[in-house]
Amino acid sequence: MYRTKFSDHLVLILGSLFLCMPVVVAFMTSTHTAADIHMNGLSLAWGDNFIATYEKVLTQKGGFTGDITGARMMMNSLILGIGFAVGKIVLSMMAAYAIVYFRFPMATLSFWVIFTTLLLPLEVRIMPSYQVMSDLGLLNSYTGLIVPLLASATGTFYFRQFFKSVPEELLEAARIDGAGPFKFFIDILVPISRTMIAAIFIIMFVYGWNQYLWPMMMTTDESFFTLMRGIKSILQVWVGSNIPDYNEAFALAVLAMLPPVAIVVIFQSWFIKGLTESDK
Amino acid sequence: MAAIDISSVGKIYNGGVRAVSDINLDIKDGEFIVLVGPSGCGKSTLLRMVAGLEAISEGTVKIGDRVVNQVEPADRDIAMVFQNYALYPHMTVRQNLEYGLKNRKTPKAEIDARVNEAARMLEITQYLDRKPRALSGGQRQRVAMGRAIVRKPAAFLFDEPLSNLDAKLRVSMRGEIKRLQRRIGTTSIYVTHDQLEAMTLADRLVVLNGGQIEQVGSPLDVYHTPASTFVASFIGSPAMNLVKAELQSDRLAIGSSQISLNGYAPTSGAVTVGLRAEDLRVVSSAEGMPFTVEYVEELGSQRLAHGLVGDQAVTIALSGEAEITNDMRIAIDPSKLHFFDAETGKRLEASVPAKAPAAVAEPVA
Repeated sequence: MYRTKFSDHLVLILGSLFLCMPVVVAFMTSTHTAADIHMNGLSLAWGDNFIATYEKVLTQKGGFTGDITGARMMMNSLILGIGFAVGKIVLSMMAAYAIVYFRFPMATLSFWVIFTTLLLPLEVRIMPSYQVMSDLGLLNSYTGLIVPLLASATGTFYFRQFFKSVPEELLEAARIDGAGPFKFFIDILVPISRTMIAAIFIIMFVYGWNQYLWPMMMTTDESFFTLMRGIKSILQVWVGSNIPDYNEAFALAVLAMLPPVAIVVIFQSWFIKGLTESDK
Repeated sequence: MAAIDISSVGKIYNGGVRAVSDINLDIKDGEFIVLVGPSGCGKSTLLRMVAGLEAISEGTVKIGDRVVNQVEPADRDIAMVFQNYALYPHMTVRQNLEYGLKNRKTPKAEIDARVNEAARMLEITQYLDRKPRALSGGQRQRVAMGRAIVRKPAAFLFDEPLSNLDAKLRVSMRGEIKRLQRRIGTTSIYVTHDQLEAMTLADRLVVLNGGQIEQVGSPLDVYHTPASTFVASFIGSPAMNLVKAELQSDRLAIGSSQISLNGYAPTSGAVTVGLRAEDLRVVSSAEGMPFTVEYVEELGSQRLAHGLVGDQAVTIALSGEAEITNDMRIAIDPSKLHFFDAETGKRLEASVPAKAPAAVAEPVA
């Protein structure tokens, strides 16, 4: 058997330090005052401004209009992240269901058409998408923020692969048991896909949470601001002798990290379970 | 419960591949029919056409008095047991059993009664709240059967249900299926490629080859009077020896050896002769055919000697204590010979009808 040596641990420790240090530094620095940071730079020591900074970030109204708080931005980001994840899962599961289980003309072709859109990033179609949303009068709305990005080639692809691996007999048993297409989908397919759903949810939530360009295009109303835009706007106040509120930017960045981390931690156990248990 | 009538049924897949052709089969109410044949012989396709999982290209299938060609599987009043069980992995055993009944809007009290009864019958009551993955293969197979039983269908369809089990379990499950079917009395169609399973389970055996029926009959019928060389080589273990031979009036020439037929010759000229390994016996006299032993398989109760008569492979079954030397002489009662047409492989009836099969010839080797 292989015996773990000290050097193995050393490599692992160095690796995790390399990954964790920036986050630790960001968190520690955020507990100092802005002036302190400006004078002394980044810090690894605990400052005494933790409560003040985070309270200010979460509750103080800011922005140009002066009525957007950190909590509000966080909620917007959550709506966006969850809306994206749920919407994409629902849509791509239904698309994959159609492609895998129903014979319709050009099913394979339509799958590959969907698949090739994987190659086109959002930025390529951002102007036309904006135009359409604008014509529909959906600028500055959650609908406008979420709906145009829901079609997901990645999700459809993953669910297609998964459905293809579900044994044919399960469908046949369900048919004999009197389950129609709708019942089979809801009663059998969705429950056995739950590990896959968890995996896609993680990916899509983080994707939605991190959106920056699209929300910036779609919203001018500050009440729709997301955390990502909030961080940016804090650093934009470098006018005159103002010191940018580095501590607030760091605090917001740390806060912005928490929900995705929480999502990963929560769904990870499901995810691992799905990989280790052969359920089919 | 119902009779099943399959008439001139055929299956042609897209692209013109013919999987099954012109199957005619009358299955009586309560009968246990086994479809047996090698892989790709169309037995599963036929079963799936009865189940409604495959479209019927030609002919009609009647369950009871109803032609079901266009009827959805769920409405055909059948239940199916699959090879890989096909249990719903996310449901408990109880939910698995209930699912079909719930979809039929059976009243809750009725569902409970039927599930409990089936569970008791199959001795899976203590597993009702477990998920299938927490069960062993045999237990899963019982659940799959339970799912069929609770439906109280007109017919059970089994698609190689025991193939995924280990040999020992297979034997005991085989007995259980037979007992259960006797007790419930539901018409059953059972597909298998295992001739032993077929022999032991069937009321009537249907041997399929290349999408066509080779022979239909009771297990003993099929064993004692195989209709073709295909059936002869498929049913029975060890397989029947088939050797090329020449009929010269009342004598049969196998290579250089001669057997006197005492009037059993059905024809003359080249034939294929079938000799059951257990019908061959060792003789000391010079009359027997010379038999050169190549190797011996020890089965405990039996010893199988594989060797050559002339240049043709022959296997003989001897009792466990029999002595085996390298060169032996073997003989057979002429009435135990099976004659087949050398070209078509069809059975040729001996001119003196063979006596009723002796009771000593056990089908189970």
